[in-house]
Amino acid sequence: MGASTPLAGFLLVAALLFAIGLAGALTRRNAILVLIGIELMLNAANLNFIAFWRYGPHPEALTGMMFAIFSIAVAAAEAAVGLGLVIAIFRHAKTTDLDQMNRMKG
Amino acid sequence: MIDPEVLVPFNPTYVDGPALTAANLLWLIPAAPIVAAGVSALLKQPRRKLSATLAIGSMCFSLLLALAAFAEVVGDWMDGAATRETVNLMWFQFGTTNVDLGWVLDPLSAMMLVMVTLVGLLIFIYSVGYMAHDENFTRFFCFLSLFAGGMLTVVIANSLLLLFMGWEIVGLTSYLLIGFWYQKPAAASAAKKAFLVTRVGDVFFLLGIVWLFAQSNTLLFYNHGAGSMEKAALTALLAQPAALGLTAAGAIGLLIFAGAAGKSGQFPLHVWLPDAMEGPTPVSALIHAATMVAAGVYLIARVYPLMQAGALAGGTTTALIVVTWVGAFTAVFAALIAVAQNDIKRILAYSTVSQLGYMMAGLGMGGVAVGMFHLITHAFFKALLFMGAGSVIHGCHEEQDIRRMGGLKADMPLTFITYAVGMLALCGFPILFSGFWSKDGILEAAQHWSVAKTPFYMLVFGALLTAFYMSRQVVYVFFGHWRGGKVAQESPAVMTLPLVVLALFAMGLGLIGTPAWPWFRAFLDGHAADFAWRGFLEPGLLALMGISTMVVFLGLGLGWSLYGGQTPKIQEQDALQRAIPMPWGWLRDRLYVDEFCGATVVAFYGWWAHVSDWLDRRVWGGLVTLVAWAFGQWAKLNRFLDTSVVDGSFDKGCEELASSGGLLARVQNGRVQSYLRILALAVAALAIILIWSSRA
Repeated sequence: MGASTPLAGFLLVAALLFAIGLAGALTRRNAILVLIGIELMLNAANLNFIAFWRYGPHPEALTGMMFAIFSIAVAAAEAAVGLGLVIAIFRHAKTTDLDQMNRMKG
Repeated sequence: MIDPEVLVPFNPTYVDGPALTAANLLWLIPAAPIVAAGVSALLKQPRRKLSATLAIGSMCFSLLLALAAFAEVVGDWMDGAATRETVNLMWFQFGTTNVDLGWVLDPLSAMMLVMVTLVGLLIFIYSVGYMAHDENFTRFFCFLSLFAGGMLTVVIANSLLLLFMGWEIVGLTSYLLIGFWYQKPAAASAAKKAFLVTRVGDVFFLLGIVWLFAQSNTLLFYNHGAGSMEKAALTALLAQPAALGLTAAGAIGLLIFAGAAGKSGQFPLHVWLPDAMEGPTPVSALIHAATMVAAGVYLIARVYPLMQAGALAGGTTTALIVVTWVGAFTAVFAALIAVAQNDIKRILAYSTVSQLGYMMAGLGMGGVAVGMFHLITHAFFKALLFMGAGSVIHGCHEEQDIRRMGGLKADMPLTFITYAVGMLALCGFPILFSGFWSKDGILEAAQHWSVAKTPFYMLVFGALLTAFYMSRQVVYVFFGHWRGGKVAQESPAVMTLPLVVLALFAMGLGLIGTPAWPWFRAFLDGHAADFAWRGFLEPGLLALMGISTMVVFLGLGLGWSLYGGQTPKIQEQDALQRAIPMPWGWLRDRLYVDEFCGATVVAFYGWWAHVSDWLDRRVWGGLVTLVAWAFGQWAKLNRFLDTSVVDGSFDKGCEELASSGGLLARVQNGRVQSYLRILALAVAALAIILIWSSRA
C-alpha cells in the first residue's frame, strides 16, 4: 500500500471524519450535538466500506454497497431512538446537558 | 376402606330389647347434672338463680328418668322376668383388646338411682336456703351438680373403668366441697386429709381393677356371659391361685374392698370422714352421709358375684369374712367414739361411720339385699339428721357445740319433730321406723352366720351405743333450757320442707323390707314378693326383734336417765365423764387413731420427705450443678470461638468486599462522555497494539 493509490486518500478522509466526530462526541455537552458526532463517526465507517469495496479484489459483487446501505438504515433507526431518548430526558429534566445526567453513577 | 368401627367408636352394641327402653337413655341421668355443672362453671358472671335452677332442674330431670327406669324394672319383675339390661360401647382398642364402657339397668342400680336422685334433689333444694347468704353460691351448686353426676355414673356403670371414673369425680368433688370454705384452715386441711386417705384405698382399688383386667381381659360386669362378673370369668379367676392361700378372685375382691373401705370410711381409713364435717352441712348430708360414702357399699354389692365366688352352698369366702369383721369392728368402734363427742355434726359423722360398718357387715353376712336395704333407709334418715343438724346450726347462728344449745324443742318445733323421727329411725325404734327393719335384717343375718357369733354381739352392742349417743345428743340439743347466746329461730320453709319429706321416707320406707313382706329383698333377688304374716313367726325372729327392741329401749333409757334430768352448764363435766373419766377421755380424743396415724404414717412420711430432701439437695442437686457447670464452661469456650474466629474472619471478609466495591463503584460515575472517552482510548490503544504487532 502506498500514498499514490486513490484508496489512501479515501481512508485519510474517513479517518479525518471519524476524528472530527469523536472529538465532537467527546467535547460537546449538548446531547444532540453528541448524537451528530456519533453520526459522523458512523459515516466515516461507511466511507471505509465503500472505499474498501471499490478498490478491493471483487468490485463487481456490490457487497460493500449493500453493507453501507444497511448501515445507513440502521444508523437512521439508531438516530431516531437516540433522539427519542433525548426528548424523553428533556421532558423529564428540562435540560440536554450530559454532565447533569449522571443519575446512573455507581 | 375405612373400618366403620373406627369411624364411630361409640356405636352401641349388644343392646337387648326395643330401641327406646329406659336402659338406652340411662346415660342421660348422670349426664344432666354434669352438663348443669359445666354450664354454671362457664357462666361469665356468677348468676345465683340460674345456677341453682340448673342444678335443681337437672336433678328433677334425672329423678324423673330414674323413676321411669325404676318403673320399667319393676314392671319387668312383676311380669315374672327379673331383667338386667346392659348397653356396652367400645371406648378404644389396643392390640386385640377392647376397652369397653357401659351401663346396666337392673334392680340394684334402679333402686340406687332413685335413692340418689331423690335425696340429692331434696338436698339441692335445702341448699338454696342454707347457702343463701354465701357469696360463692354459684360455685357451690356447680360442685354439687358435678358430684351428683359422678355419683350417678358410679351407680349406672357396667364397667369397672366407668365406675372408677365416677368414683374419682366423686372423690374430687368431695375434696372441693369439704374445702369449700377454704379460708378456714381446718376446712382446707380436712379436704386434703379426705383426698389423701381415700387415695390410699383408691390405689388398692386400682390395683384390683388392673389385676382383674389382666386376668379376665374385660372390665365389664355383665356382657352376655363374657363379663367379669359372669360364670366363665369367675371360674377362671377361681382357678388362678394368688398368695396366702387366696384365689385370684379373693385377692381382687379384697383389693376392691380396700377401695370401698376408703370411700365408705371403714376402719382404719375412717379418719377422714369426721373431719369432712368442716364442709357446708348440705354437703355433709349429701356426700358424707347419704350418697358418696354409700358408694363403697354399693361397689361391694356390685361386685358381689366376685366376692362370693368360690363359696360352697351356705358358706362364705375369705373376702366376705374380711368384709364382715371390718364392718362389725367399725360399727362398734365408731359408735363408741360418738358417745363422747360434743360437735353436733361430728356425732353424726361417727354415727355414719358406724352405720356404714353395719352395711358392710350386712353385705358380708347376709348378701346384697341386706346391706343395700340398710344403705337405702340409712341414706334417707341420715340425710334427714344432717339436714336437721344444719337447720339447728343455722338457727343457732353457726353454733355447732351441743353444750351451747338446749331447749330448741320450743324454738324450732318442725326441726325437732323431723329430727326426732330421724333419730328414732337411726336408733332402730320398733315397728314405725325404717331403721328398725333394716338393722334387724343385718342382725338376723349375723345370728345365722356360719363362721362366728361374735359379730352378732358386736352389732347388738353397737345398736345399744347408737340409741345411747343419739338420745344424749337429742337431750343436749332439744331438751332442757337454752345455754347459748342469741336466741335460736326456726329455719325457712325451703329448708324445713325437705326435712318433712325425708321424715316421711324415714318412717315409711321400712314397709318394703319387713319380714312379712320382704319386697326389697325379693326385688333385688329377682323372685316374687309374697305377703304373709307368717314371716314374723319364723323361729327366732320374734325373739330377735324382742332383743333388738329391748336394746333400743335400754339405750334410750340410759341416755335419758343420764342426761335427761339435768342439762349441764358448758363448764361442767359430762355426766358420763364424771362416772368413768378415763375411758371417756379416750373416747373424746377419738381413741387416738389420728394421733397413731400422726406418729406412724405421717411421721414416716415426714422422715422420708426429709431424706428425699437431703438426697435432692446434696446428691442429685450436686450432680445437676456439676453438669450445669460443665456445660457452662463448654458454652464459654464456644462463645470465644464464635466471637474471635468465626465472627472475626467473616467481618474481615465483609470489610474487604465493601472497600473493593467502593473502589470499583468510582469508575461508574454516570457520565456518558467519560465512558465514551475510555472507549476511545481503549480503541486507540488496541489500534496501536495491532499496528505494532503487524509491524513486528
